[in-house]
Amino acid sequence: MNWYGVAAIWRFEMARFFRSIIQSVVSPVLSTSLYFVVFGAAIGSRIPEIEGVSYGAFIVPGLIMLTVLQQSIQNAGFGIYFPKFIGTIFEVLSAPISSFEIVVGYVGAAAVKSMLIGLIILGTSFFFVDISIQHPFFMLAFLVLTAVSFALLGFILGIWARSFEQLNLVPLLVVTPLVFLGGSFYSISMLPEVWQTVSKFNPVLYLVSGFRWSFFGTSDVPIAMSLAAVLLFASACLSVVWWMFHTGYRLKS
Amino acid sequence: MSTVVQVEGLTKTYDGGFEALKNVSLDIKEGEILALLGPNGAGKTTLISTICGITSPTSGRITVGGHDVEKNWRAARDLIGLVPQEINLEPFEFVGNTVRFSRGLFGKPRNDAFVDQVLSDLSLLDKRDARTSQLSGGMRRRVLIAKALAHEPRILFLDEPTAGVDVELRRDMWALVERLRADGVTIILTTHYIEEAEAIADRIGVINSGELLLVEEKDALMQRLGRKELTIELSQPIKEIPETLKEFNLTIGDANTLTYVYDATGERTGITRLLGALQEAGLTLADLQTHQSSLEEIFVGLVQEDAA
Ligand SMILES: Nc1ncnc2c1ncn2[C@@H]1O[C@H](COP(=O)(O)OP(=O)(O)OP(=O)(O)O)[C@@H](O)[C@H]1O
Ligand SMILES: [Mg+2]
Repeated sequence: MNWYGVAAIWRFEMARFFRSIIQSVVSPVLSTSLYFVVFGAAIGSRIPEIEGVSYGAFIVPGLIMLTVLQQSIQNAGFGIYFPKFIGTIFEVLSAPISSFEIVVGYVGAAAVKSMLIGLIILGTSFFFVDISIQHPFFMLAFLVLTAVSFALLGFILGIWARSFEQLNLVPLLVVTPLVFLGGSFYSISMLPEVWQTVSKFNPVLYLVSGFRWSFFGTSDVPIAMSLAAVLLFASACLSVVWWMFHTGYRLKS
Repeated sequence: MSTVVQVEGLTKTYDGGFEALKNVSLDIKEGEILALLGPNGAGKTTLISTICGITSPTSGRITVGGHDVEKNWRAARDLIGLVPQEINLEPFEFVGNTVRFSRGLFGKPRNDAFVDQVLSDLSLLDKRDARTSQLSGGMRRRVLIAKALAHEPRILFLDEPTAGVDVELRRDMWALVERLRADGVTIILTTHYIEEAEAIADRIGVINSGELLLVEEKDALMQRLGRKELTIELSQPIKEIPETLKEFNLTIGDANTLTYVYDATGERTGITRLLGALQEAGLTLADLQTHQSSLEEIFVGLVQEDAA
């Protein structure tokens, strides 16, 4: 293992995070606070408790997931796309570092960044609502698994994208709708029967549900299914990454 | 001298079907400076990129330090430093950081003293805490060299290190290459300029349209490439070369011109003696012109020789 190489990539990526600390931290915290004000305080006061949880508290896990997903994809995607775009990727490709190590560096940094932001949002939410975490271990496990697997997805998009537009397209057109329709802000039991069935095909539902379970002990789908879904998604992303490096897809000519 | 890089029957066909390298074989000796000379699009960068692992070969075999670059890539790449043709640098990064990054990427523990030494060798130490975007083009090229040297490579590839670089920096670059060679580093550089190859290389390889036309010791090659022509325009037409001028390598051009071919790198060009002899033969000169074969002409010559 070329640990120095992994550390070099990891540190480089983290440096970008701290260089733009305002953008990295302040903006997700601000937008989440706005969600709390609008959905939690203003609208939420008119919504009854869901499964024994106040609406303001109910949306906390979904909000964290929303941000962690977006941040993981964005950070990992940008992290690998930018060197490809400006041409500095040659150095990584010519270094004695394996594709696995490259992924650990980029994806690891992106996942750590988004988890940090997720935890900051969790901290922020304590100012707005009353929440307790019933299963802290599972909460962290879900956070890590989600951050890593969506950072892998972002990494794939970063290698695939040929332009900044393409890089932003998938998160915008696919991921954001999936997150909003994945029960981030409601329980799918509130939906008509048909839409409940449709929702079961949305992978994000399993994440949000499992994550919410770790907070409140209630969930839309069984916790085991949530875990299985995340692991399945992570291994699918891993396979695609492996294939990309194996064939040199859009990295080598 | 032992062989440190061995290329055997290397062919590279790009995705579009373009054959950029055609069955190239090349042995690079340890500690030598090899210049690859060739016009735009000859395949110099492709050759270097394939050795360094950035481009995958279509067929053929490459070893670096005895390690196959595909099977034993880690050991092979440990030995290599690469300075690319394009100046690609992270714009927001500090000079010192980016050089440290390269060292880490190549699996070497942090060593700030060494990084400072490399920066100072390249007259960049005072720029260590500047952002790369604040540097001039020549400085950025030197940062790229510093990055390539940060992990103490044994083999250094310089892809057109002096393109767009002023005379002074070019001399600095040559001096640096000399110093590295003194440390036993093998250096492969590409260039369009014969003079550059002449100034620093031990051996010169000429590459054109994906084919390595020849690899020769510089001194032998310079003799072949150093041919110059003197065109002598006479006041009167001439039909035959006078007896007294037969010893010179003269040919009659159209009507009233004579062409004298000589070796410009030789001790004596024979020009003075020739001019004297012309006068003695009673010929009056209207004009004189010298002409050195351009790189293109030399390539054409080599390609024709190659085909013959
Ligand atoms: N990624 C690529 N895809 C397709 N063709 C390519 C690619 N890279 C290079 N080529 C082609 O391969 C040939 C050799 O290119 P290469 O960059 O190796 O030339 P070079 O000798 O380095 O030229 P220069 O002196 O201009 O740098 C050119 O005809 C070029 O168009
Ligand atoms: Mg080139």
